[in-house]
Amino acid sequence: MSSELFLIAGYMVIWGGVFGYVFFAARQQHLLAARVQVLEELIKEKEL
Amino acid sequence: MSIKKDQIVVIVAALLFCSAIYTVFVYAPTERVMGPIQKIFYFHLSSALVAFLSFFTAFVSGVLFLIRKDLKWDVVGVASVEIGLVFTTLVLITGVLWGRPVWNTWWTWDPRLTTSLILWFIYASYFILRSSVERQDKRAVFCAVLAIVGFVDVPIVFLSARLWRTIHPVVIRAGSIDMAPAMITTLLVSLGTFTLLWALLLYHRTRTLTMAGRVKNLEKRLDGGIL
Repeated sequence: MSSELFLIAGYMVIWGGVFGYVFFAARQQHLLAARVQVLEELIKEKEL
Repeated sequence: MSIKKDQIVVIVAALLFCSAIYTVFVYAPTERVMGPIQKIFYFHLSSALVAFLSFFTAFVSGVLFLIRKDLKWDVVGVASVEIGLVFTTLVLITGVLWGRPVWNTWWTWDPRLTTSLILWFIYASYFILRSSVERQDKRAVFCAVLAIVGFVDVPIVFLSARLWRTIHPVVIRAGSIDMAPAMITTLLVSLGTFTLLWALLLYHRTRTLTMAGRVKNLEKRLDGGIL
């Protein structure tokens, strides 16, 4: 494998890692928002 | 941070990333001995420094938690270690990809590489410890202690290439950087970009983890019939 291919692989790892982590963090936020919505509905039901 | 401010910071980070790529691939000269593979250095070193910054934040959070017993410092600690571990993983993988064409080997038990791998294992064990302790207060104390003790390895990693015989290059020495001015500019742009990304990630992860804790408490109270 040439030096350029290792360079491309290196930058792919960096971008993949950074975007993968950002995606993971965004997904966690999204799941949390869904849990908050369920909680709000449950509290509303209890209040009624 | 308001949504508008948040969006501005994200746009600035994206622009900085574009300029970092431009400086790495267009502006920075190609190194004479190693050739194009040396360009991996800019993001490799930036990732390493951001990982150290994360572990330092975790260290400070650990100390503050043990003094104040405020769980918000535990949350900052978790977010810092998580981000630090991601960047340490990137450092190790990019190091392997850089080492193969330059040293003709994927891995060598060089002091810098070995201490970096130990650093990764120390902070990976942080999450094993976290998932193995049930009580929140005890878990926070144990993790704070691990974050403080684990930080001992950070200066060892940094100084390893200076203290022991190593094949790992040392470019930053006391008072001088062994690089061409265009390479230093490129490194500074990359470092600025990674630091801003780190700050953004830390802010959002801390916020998400704090919210997750609150939601969990609310769910418990609902299950227990308190609400």
